[in-house]
Amino acid sequence: MGRTARMRGYSVWSLLREGVGGHRGWRPAWRDAAPKAAYDAVIIGGGGHGLATAYYLAKEHGMTNVAVLEKGWLGGGNAARNTTIVRSNYLNDESAAIYDHAMRLWRGLGRELNFNIMMSHRGVLNLAHDDGEMRQLKRRVEANRLNGVDAEWLDAHEVKEFCPPIHIGRDVRYPVLGATLQRSGGVNRHDAVVWGYARAACALGVDIVQHCEVTGIDVRGGVVQGVRTTRGDIKTSKVASVVAGHTSVIADMVGLRLPIESHPLQALVSEPVKPIMPCVVMSNAVHAYCSQSDKGELVIGAGIDPHISYTQRGGFHIIEDEIAALLELFPIFSRMKLMRHWAGTVDVCPDASPIISKTPVKGFYVNGGWGTGGWKATPGSGHVFADLVANDEPNAIAEPYALTRFATGKLVAEHGAAAVAH
Amino acid sequence: MLLVPCPNCGERDQSEFHYGGEAHRTRPTAPETLSDDEWADYVFMRTNTKGVFAERWCHTAGCRKWFNALRDTGSDAFLAVYRMGEEPPRLGGEEKEEAPADEAFA
Repeated sequence: MGRTARMRGYSVWSLLREGVGGHRGWRPAWRDAAPKAAYDAVIIGGGGHGLATAYYLAKEHGMTNVAVLEKGWLGGGNAARNTTIVRSNYLNDESAAIYDHAMRLWRGLGRELNFNIMMSHRGVLNLAHDDGEMRQLKRRVEANRLNGVDAEWLDAHEVKEFCPPIHIGRDVRYPVLGATLQRSGGVNRHDAVVWGYARAACALGVDIVQHCEVTGIDVRGGVVQGVRTTRGDIKTSKVASVVAGHTSVIADMVGLRLPIESHPLQALVSEPVKPIMPCVVMSNAVHAYCSQSDKGELVIGAGIDPHISYTQRGGFHIIEDEIAALLELFPIFSRMKLMRHWAGTVDVCPDASPIISKTPVKGFYVNGGWGTGGWKATPGSGHVFADLVANDEPNAIAEPYALTRFATGKLVAEHGAAAVAH
Repeated sequence: MLLVPCPNCGERDQSEFHYGGEAHRTRPTAPETLSDDEWADYVFMRTNTKGVFAERWCHTAGCRKWFNALRDTGSDAFLAVYRMGEEPPRLGGEEKEEAPADEAFA
C-alpha cells in the first residue's frame, strides 16, 4: 500500500486552475485504506477527536504507523451531529486550560490543515435571567480573565445591541438581565474539520479505515495485544478509544467500568433565511442555544434526554421545551419552519468534564466523557491525547482528567459552572 | 417519546415519568470498611449497557410509584417491568417484547 501521496495544496490558484479545467483534476482528499495486520497505535473512532489525535500523533510525535478505525463513515457520528459552537469560557482552571488550548489551535487550524474550516469568531453570549445567575456569570467572567480567556459582561441593552433579534423586555417569565460575551467564541464547519484533519493525517501516513468496527480488544497479562475488528485482527500495543457515545462499550471490552452514562442529545435546524443571528446565544435558565449557519439555517440545541439510550433518537417533549425556550428569547422566530431534526449519543460524566486517561490496562487509553460539549475541544483534545498515547504519561493539561479523579475525589466540577446546563 | 409501560397505569407518555437510572445499585452495608476505589465504584461508576438494561422509573404524574424495567438501550424497546426489590425477570431465549403486567389491564 503506497505510503502517502503528497498532499496537493488547496489555494485560490488550484481553484482557478480547476475552474478553468472543468474540475476534472481534483483528487480524493484522503486515502480510504484497508487495515494492515499491525500498527504502532490504533485509534478507535474516526470523528473529530480521533482524527485530531491521529494527526497530532503523526505531526508532533512522529508516529505515522497509526490506524484510525471507524465503524461507519468518517465523521458520521457526533462530529456530524453537534451544533459546532466553539468557546472556552469555563469556570475552573483545569477546564480553561484545555478548552482555551483548543481555542488557540482553532484560530490557526484552517491555515495549518490547508483546509477552510469556516471558522467564524462571531462571539458567544451566555445569558443571565436572574440575580443569582448574574452573580455567577460575573464571577465566571473574572475567573476567565484570570486564566487569560477573553470574557466581558454586557448589560441587557448591550446584549440587544450585540444581538438585535433578541427580546429583552420584562414581559416574560425569565427576562434577559445581561450576558457574558466571549468574542473569540463562534462556530465553524464540522465536516470541514473532520475532512481537514483526515486529509492532513493521511498525508503524514496515517491509515484511515472506514466501515471497520472493533468487536474486541485482546489483553494478555494486563497488556494490550491488539484489536479484533469486522475487517480482521490487528496487532498493536497501543489502543486509543475516542468513540464518544460508545466509550463504555469499548471500555467493557477490557473489563473497565467508567463513570459514564450515554444519553440522546437532540438538535434541529430551521429553514434557511437571510442573516439575522449575528452571534451564538446560549441560555442556561430557559435552556436553549442558537446560532445561524452560513447556509442560513438556525441551528438550535438544548439538553439531553434523561434516559440512557444508544439509539440516536430522542423524545419530542424535549424539542417542545427547547422551542418554547427559544421563542421566549426570540419571539421573532415563531413562524419559522423547522427543517431537520436529529440526535446523537453523548457520553456524560458526573462532573461534566472529560476523561483523558491511562487505564489499569497497559496500552489502553480513553478519551471520552465529553458529554454535550466535545466539539469545541476537538483540536485541544486530540493534541493532549496524542501526547498521552505517545509518551504514556499525561501532560499538565490532560493530567486533571485522569480516571483516578473519581477515587481521589478531585473532580473538575463543571456542572452548572460551564455556562450551560448539560 | 418513549411509551413507558407503567405496571399500575399501563403505557403512558415518557413525559409523565421521572427516570431513575441504573437499577439494583445497593448502598454499601458497611460503609466504614470501603476503600476509595470501592466508594468510587458505588458513587460514580455505571454499567451503561448497550443492550438489555435494568433501570428505574417513577410514574410521577400517575400512580407516583417507582418500578424497575428491562429496556434494550440499543432499540429503546421495553422488555419487562417488575417491582422494586425484585430480581429482574429472565427473558426468553429470543428477546421479544412482552406486554407489561398483562393481567392487570387485560
